[in-house]
Amino acid sequence: MELYAILQCAWWLLLGVLLLGLAVMVGMDMGVGSILRYVGRTDAERRVALNIVGPHWDGNQVWFVLGGGAVFAAFPLIYATAFSGFYVVMLLLLWSMILRPLGFEYRSKLSSAAWRNVWDWALLVSGLVPMVVFGAAIGNLFHGVPFHFSWNLTSTYTGSFLGLFNPFAILCGLLSLSLSVFMGAVTVMNGATDVIHERARTLARAGAALAIVLFAAGGFWVHGMTGYVRVAGPGAGVAQTPLQQQVMLGAGAWLANFHAHPLLWALPGVGFAGMLLGLAVAGARRSHLAWWLGALAWLGVLGTAGAALFPFLLPSSSVPAQSLTVWNASSSRLTLTWMLGFTAVFVPLVIWYTSWAFYVMRGKVSAADVVANEHAY
Amino acid sequence: MHDLHVVDLSRLQFALTALYHYLFVPLTLGLSFLLAAMETVYVTTGKEIYREITQFWSKLFLINFALGVATGLTMEFEFGTNWSFYSSFVGDIFGAPLAIEGLMAFFMEATFVGLMTFGWARLRPGQHLAVTYLVALGSNLSALWILIANSFMQMPHGAHFNPATMRMELSSFTDLIFSPDAQAKFVHTSIAGYVTAAVFVAGVSAWYLLKRRHMDLARRSFRMAVLFGVLATAGVITLGDALGFVGAQAQPTKLAAMEGLWKTEQAPMPFNLIAFPSQQEQANHGAIQVPYVLSLLVTHSLTGAVPGIDQLEQRATARIRDGIPAVTALQALSAKPGDADALAQFQAHEQDLGYGFLVQRYAPDVSKATGAQIATAARDAIPQVAPVFWSFRVMVVLGLAMLAYFVLAVIYTMRNRVERKRWFLRLAVWMIPVPFLANEAGWLVAELGRQPWTVYGVLPTWMSASTHSVGYMVFSLAGFAALYTTFIVVEMYLMVRTIRRGPDEHAGTASNDTLLADRMAGYAEG
Repeated sequence: MELYAILQCAWWLLLGVLLLGLAVMVGMDMGVGSILRYVGRTDAERRVALNIVGPHWDGNQVWFVLGGGAVFAAFPLIYATAFSGFYVVMLLLLWSMILRPLGFEYRSKLSSAAWRNVWDWALLVSGLVPMVVFGAAIGNLFHGVPFHFSWNLTSTYTGSFLGLFNPFAILCGLLSLSLSVFMGAVTVMNGATDVIHERARTLARAGAALAIVLFAAGGFWVHGMTGYVRVAGPGAGVAQTPLQQQVMLGAGAWLANFHAHPLLWALPGVGFAGMLLGLAVAGARRSHLAWWLGALAWLGVLGTAGAALFPFLLPSSSVPAQSLTVWNASSSRLTLTWMLGFTAVFVPLVIWYTSWAFYVMRGKVSAADVVANEHAY
Repeated sequence: MHDLHVVDLSRLQFALTALYHYLFVPLTLGLSFLLAAMETVYVTTGKEIYREITQFWSKLFLINFALGVATGLTMEFEFGTNWSFYSSFVGDIFGAPLAIEGLMAFFMEATFVGLMTFGWARLRPGQHLAVTYLVALGSNLSALWILIANSFMQMPHGAHFNPATMRMELSSFTDLIFSPDAQAKFVHTSIAGYVTAAVFVAGVSAWYLLKRRHMDLARRSFRMAVLFGVLATAGVITLGDALGFVGAQAQPTKLAAMEGLWKTEQAPMPFNLIAFPSQQEQANHGAIQVPYVLSLLVTHSLTGAVPGIDQLEQRATARIRDGIPAVTALQALSAKPGDADALAQFQAHEQDLGYGFLVQRYAPDVSKATGAQIATAARDAIPQVAPVFWSFRVMVVLGLAMLAYFVLAVIYTMRNRVERKRWFLRLAVWMIPVPFLANEAGWLVAELGRQPWTVYGVLPTWMSASTHSVGYMVFSLAGFAALYTTFIVVEMYLMVRTIRRGPDEHAGTASNDTLLADRMAGYAEG
């Protein structure tokens, strides 16, 4: 295989790793935001929940920033086409996300109940909306999105805002939300005691149970769905534009990769295993292990989606031939090489110091700690 | 085809959101290092007052930091949402420094800021100090990578156009990151952040000194800030000059706009101290000139000449004519990839491709472009002079004012007279907005002066925007306006409130005179 083709595949895998980092790390914090009003009935209880992720939410959020940056650097056409095509959705995602830093940082600065209540709602919105949009965006990839290119690759999106909220996309959005609720809940279980711990446990089990149902339903749906197949055009490792290929539609085509490589069935298997074991283990109050099982579930879910779509990244429903794939949307060989070098050095480093930060801040958070620490959220 | 209203609205939105983001970034850059310096004194001397100082200023740091992070997310999105052609056309180059910024810098800054905030009781003093330094290092590295990306837009280095993929591609990573513009701009910009933090800390401290509150904390903070400030201001001005020197070669149109230089003149050239440039008449009104100074400033010699706008327009005309065959060849290559004739034609005119795009705004079929259309496009190659001219002067005057202020502050501090000079303390409070204005003016010079390009000489702004409807743009502008206005009101309120409350004295470490002064101030206020 050509070196460029290997780099393209490596970056496709790395994109998966970064999305996994985003789903697990950002998803956990957003889950805490989504369930904040339920696990904490009083202000003191809510502050406990907030301060469990307080030292980490900012670092975790960088997985999101890096996800965006990596798509830009490694697959610029995807970044350009998806972000502009999904304009209104992207703005809703952005506007809900920018409430989060302020929610954490400003909420507890004033003691007024109304002020704190407003920020609690802001944290709920900024936890819930982005996770639904994240899942719905992935769901839309399966149907394809209506866009096309001009001769110089100016992209035009011809769909509507509401078209992005079709039933399958909503299902994927809810799946993403349930997994994030599970992760947020087990994180709260891990850092809290007594009544907060118990409420979080209830939510963790509900999140996992719902995720199992939705993931299974999604699987059946995709089974009969019309998928995309590349039938001609320049292959892997060839410099090309999206104007040079032919693409056909076929019922059940998204399962073609699984039929060709039965080993891939392990991916949905991992997803179900993570959710089922996560459900049981969270019930048994082993919150730390449950967190890792949640991460495993995400790995399975994202891996399943990626394996089904490969080599497609963003299919075009209006002009299928102009669908974006790993081969026609990636950056040049030189850029991919440099970026791979930086990633190989810095991602392990980031994981190392993030682990240290979690180690330093380990243990339970109590209401007394929160009140005693003037820096607490 | 692009709706030009949408392009203008996209520019407006980007400028507003970037200028807004840039209200918070410089303070983060500078205050993070000032915090590290304060904490270093605490760790090396063991004096509790310095821990208190560090913790107090870090509270203000975090209020500012939150909004910097929040509005930074917008910037990360906006290239894709509103500048999609730009993103796909130069993403191969421009995306890399942005991704590396996240990987190398933002992760470090954001992870350790959590430990800096929550880790006081859990880390040993040396460990916490290291964490604070990592926050400062992370935020400054972040600025470095962002400015490397920005420098590619100002002075495209290390890239070429690849007809096979129809986009610009990286040809040398080292050329990209060691661009002279990036080096000068990074130092100029980050040190401008240190000036901002110094003016901020000195101003807030001066307010306490005026109110006779937290005297010990305020006195020590003021002294550190002033020392930091005088060095930094001198650095900003030196590097600003270096940046001008680099920029003069790279972007003669920006320089001509900054100086209101309509006609090319013989060296030594005079400097327009004040003038009212008119784009229509291509002339200045009411100019007050200083002889020789322009040649000295720009070329660092008396014999150097700088091309005026008349000459630059002629150059642009020639390049547009040469760029037209490049665009037609590219269209042929798009229809028939690998066509040898088209490729040869493209390669012969490749260096002026961007100028060909410039006329495509008026002549969608560039092969039919008329002389008048080419002339209009050539006139477009010059940025709007008046805003660049005035932003530059505002920035420079404010910079020099800050230098004078810090020199005076150092003199008074060394003679131990600051507290008696109440007018000077009042001035210090009023100085707080000055660096913020200067920073914004600097951004305007750099980005308005780069027009009509997003990537200088390579990609015109009009082509770069996403193909949205006006309705979408109105929706997003309205949303940003509503959110950002709310945010700044909340932020300013919390800042002022935290400053009014002052440092937490319940720790029991404050000296007695501070507590007494505090209580008296408390009674006085009611």
